[in-house]
Amino acid sequence: MNINYEKEDKLLYIEITEEIDHHSVDKIRGKVDNEITRYMPRKTILDFSRVTFMDSAGIGMIIGRYKMMKLIGGSLEIQNVNQSTKKILEMSGILKIIPVA
Amino acid sequence: MKSIYDNEMKMEFLSKSNNEAFARITVAAFVSQLDPTIEELSDIKTAVSEAVTNCIIHGYEDTEGLVKISARIFANTVEIEISDTGKGIENIELARKPLYTTKANLERSGMGFTIMESFMDEVEIESVLGIGTKVKMKKMIKKSPLDEDAKELVSLGGI
Repeated sequence: MNINYEKEDKLLYIEITEEIDHHSVDKIRGKVDNEITRYMPRKTILDFSRVTFMDSAGIGMIIGRYKMMKLIGGSLEIQNVNQSTKKILEMSGILKIIPVA
Repeated sequence: MKSIYDNEMKMEFLSKSNNEAFARITVAAFVSQLDPTIEELSDIKTAVSEAVTNCIIHGYEDTEGLVKISARIFANTVEIEISDTGKGIENIELARKPLYTTKANLERSGMGFTIMESFMDEVEIESVLGIGTKVKMKKMIKKSPLDEDAKELVSLGGI
């Protein structure tokens, strides 16, 4: 996972670099939550360009981080999802509430 | 023994979450002999991942058990069976409903069966309380038009 924080814009950028399934999601969730609580950003961007696989475990993880960002008065954005991840996001209705760039 | 199928495989493994990737990659490797598109392969990987995850977190509820997978190929269709001998599903109709989950506390989305149903052509669920659950899925791998052209060329003696 690669992390970058832009202090001026209070922008937390997280590039997820592993496959997302029930096995890996706990660790990913823990790391992302750590960064969010450390920086309390205005906006968190999850970059999926290196995610080669995601199943429904990713849906729960994204919704959970969306709620967390909302709770601290910020927002969540998702970037660079591949075709199959997009299909899953569409199916879950996430795309209606979370912007995907 | 002469199988009525073109090919068959069976595997079983412990219900450990690090086997989820192992299971979907192995099934994908088996299916690849049908020359699927990247999208078809990724649909199958996702469906297998969902079914195996269900065995681990619902069937065995994180206790140790065996997950069994068998896959069969007949013509251009693959049939995959994934089963556990865990606690079984009380209400299959309810379990199939989008967003229904008994594990919301684990941030589970309740989309597992919905994903299997939309990524595969057919999904059947058999379950008996206290005995286990079996999910049977089928998907037809479509022949790409390019392949047909190539075959025609071969039959015409073009290549």
